[in-house]
Amino acid sequence: MTQSAAGGQPGRAFWRGYRDCAPFILIVVPFSMLFGVVARDAGLDLVQTMTMAVLVIAGASQFTAVALLQEQAPVFVALAAALVVNLRMAMYSAALVPHLGHAPLGMRALMAYLMVDQAFAVAVRTYEDEPAMTRPEKVAYYMGCMMLICPMWYGFTLVGALAGNLIPASLELDFAAPVCFIALSAPLLRSAAHVVAAGVSVAAAILFHGLPWNLGLFAAALTAMVAGAQTELWQKRRRAAA
Amino acid sequence: MIDPGNFWLLTILLAIGTFLIRFSFLGFLGGRELPGWLLLHLRYVGISVFPALVTPMLLWPAATGGQTDWIRVAAGAIAFAAGMRISVIGAILAGMGAFYGLRLLAALL
Repeated sequence: MTQSAAGGQPGRAFWRGYRDCAPFILIVVPFSMLFGVVARDAGLDLVQTMTMAVLVIAGASQFTAVALLQEQAPVFVALAAALVVNLRMAMYSAALVPHLGHAPLGMRALMAYLMVDQAFAVAVRTYEDEPAMTRPEKVAYYMGCMMLICPMWYGFTLVGALAGNLIPASLELDFAAPVCFIALSAPLLRSAAHVVAAGVSVAAAILFHGLPWNLGLFAAALTAMVAGAQTELWQKRRRAAA
Repeated sequence: MIDPGNFWLLTILLAIGTFLIRFSFLGFLGGRELPGWLLLHLRYVGISVFPALVTPMLLWPAATGGQTDWIRVAAGAIAFAAGMRISVIGAILAGMGAFYGLRLLAALL
């Protein structure tokens, strides 16, 4: 209708994204604190710990990098292992193209920097549920998701780095990571093809577990994507034949 | 002790590399139309990546040195059930709650 109404929608979408990502505060807080603790334990100072958290914002790869540095692995070995952990995000990047690819280059760069698992999963699910969302709304929604998660990531890494040994290892905060990805998976099981993809993903992760360089994850994810897509095609063909 | 030179080299390269991975398709393809077969596969990215991430974390956790810990497996199953039946926040609360609850129970028994 009017200019102000059009401008108001992205604002609403931003806050919806913010709210929809809110449950993941429960995950990001312990997980980022744990990174702060582990990094300080490994002998990094406060500036080093925070620089890594802010520049990389990818928890699993940060843990990998610090662990390998601590084991005195060569820098390029640690780099390769940490980057492979992040390769999954190339798939996220591709999956976001149909929804966010229209945004200006600077905005796309910002969205790339902020791309984290939780927000990606929440955003794509919402885009698929609501095809009527406009492009500015999709961008605003994405930013709302990330604007909640990323400051929490920085802030609680700092808390963990400062609190250090006050947070005992017996708390096992690392368990927040698998719980996070389980919570992300359950709502994505929206069709038989998605269930097949998830099942293949689990089986392939076990099968490819022995692959070097953490490549098992990437191989398992690609296999599962093909399995899901083929199931969808097969169902369509069967429906067409019936 | 982590050598500061190694640390900074790794952190800068990891930051650049991670950004380029995230930027890749979204950045370089921009608003281009993707072919149908690719769009079909991309709909399964999330559900293909997350279970493959979780599986080794549950079965061979780094925190236990790779030893399977049945409390973690059970709490993971409870989180999944809650995620299917209740909600995302239900899955998180049930998963963490079951994990600490079972740990406490195991300590008491």
